[in-house]
Amino acid sequence: MTRDEIKKNILKIFETEFEIVDPGLDDNLTEEHDFDSIDALELLGEIEKMLDSELTRQEKKDSMEIRTVNQICDYVVSLAEKRTLM
Amino acid sequence: MERRVVITAASAITPIGHTKDELIDSLINGKSGVKKIRADDLLTDRVESQVFGTVSYPIDFSFKRKYRKTMGPVAFYACQVVKEALESAGLEQEFISSGRLGVAFGSTHGSPTVQRQIYEHFFSGSEEQFSAIGAVDYLKSMVHTTAVNITKMFEITGRVISSSTACTTSSQSIGYGYEAIKYGMQDAMVCGGADEYDTTTVAVFDNLLACSTEYNQTPHLTPRPFDVKRDGLVVGEGAGAVLLEEYEFAKKRGANILGEVIGFWCGNNGGDLILPNMDGIRETIHQGLRNAEIGPEDVDFVCAHATATKMGDVAESMAIAKVYGRGPCVTGLKSYMGHTMGSCGVIETIITLYMMEKGFIAPTLNLDEIDPRCAAIRHTGKLRETPIKIASIQNFAFGGVNTSLFLKKV
Repeated sequence: MTRDEIKKNILKIFETEFEIVDPGLDDNLTEEHDFDSIDALELLGEIEKMLDSELTRQEKKDSMEIRTVNQICDYVVSLAEKRTLM
Repeated sequence: MERRVVITAASAITPIGHTKDELIDSLINGKSGVKKIRADDLLTDRVESQVFGTVSYPIDFSFKRKYRKTMGPVAFYACQVVKEALESAGLEQEFISSGRLGVAFGSTHGSPTVQRQIYEHFFSGSEEQFSAIGAVDYLKSMVHTTAVNITKMFEITGRVISSSTACTTSSQSIGYGYEAIKYGMQDAMVCGGADEYDTTTVAVFDNLLACSTEYNQTPHLTPRPFDVKRDGLVVGEGAGAVLLEEYEFAKKRGANILGEVIGFWCGNNGGDLILPNMDGIRETIHQGLRNAEIGPEDVDFVCAHATATKMGDVAESMAIAKVYGRGPCVTGLKSYMGHTMGSCGVIETIITLYMMEKGFIAPTLNLDEIDPRCAAIRHTGKLRETPIKIASIQNFAFGGVNTSLFLKKV
């Protein structure tokens, strides 16, 4: 799974699950797209599906400071690397 | 400090209509909203009662996802009626978010549809049984889901009261909202209740032998409050919201005043949690009158709880007779739509306000032959064109909770 594929998947999830279409990669999702803590938890569920792997409690906690699509992509890349998916 | 409290906006979703015109049309033309129950692949094949007070028309819920994501069906109903009430009232957003407007809103038990989905996942045997329970499922299903989804959608920052006392849920909402304004804690309260289509409630009452079963092939002929051939209640769905405001504030801003809340009482039978209790009902009516500072002779219309159970209607009519004699006209509005549970009090309040405005009293539907044990009161057997100056709405719930509300035409 490449970073580009991850980005594509994340943007697709934003469109279908959160009705956020084509957000800027460095947009603050909370401030500019009403993406809130509930969405963040739901996104973690979607990431688990994407990786076909459950996230640990610590991995979930590590995501709490994320604000942008680029940061989400970095986060998923690191998860994928740990799971030797990249 | 005691302040006057008025109702300045109302909206209801009911089995007999959504708009004021639809509701009035159903009342005048004796249209029933009771239908055949919808199959649900779980309980409907097992319950004997096959009727339901059904909202069978489409509703255009145009809520954004950021609101929808924490809402079960009950919150959709709740937010829709509040949206319509607030739009009709024309309050400024600055006031709505000022902390001076609060919410008193509840439901019988949150969203049973969502709760059912949670248990279906949980008992599915699937490996995903835990992860399948979504982060928002609690927010959708919890008992105060209606009240807090309302605060979120309309950015309301005042106090939150979320009654959940079954059939007295929304009459408590109005009563506690009234008290919050009367005693100066809030300047306005949006009050009401909602309950969604739910067959578990049918099963509960069915098991208690309290549901109507004899009219499964002719749903419009049941329930039959006070009628000798009544055979139990019909569960229904619906929602209602009223906006309560402090009188001077409402007058100053030129609000349309639909009526004044002049009294409220809530009491308990102090004993059995199921059986109706004539003394408890009578005391609640009596205390409500005292709270309203009026006498029984001042009341023109009693909107009875009248679920059409064998014992409940007798206890209620005896209590009404003890307090009022044959004075006010009495109607059981559940005869039109069944028992909409947590929303019945507010829906009956709204319909009473509409009848007050238009100057008529709707009859109890399906009241063909009055049960002699219920005959000591003045039943509304046919449509009456008559002014209503003061009306009472009374509701009683499992758990022995009783409420009485008193409204006055301004």
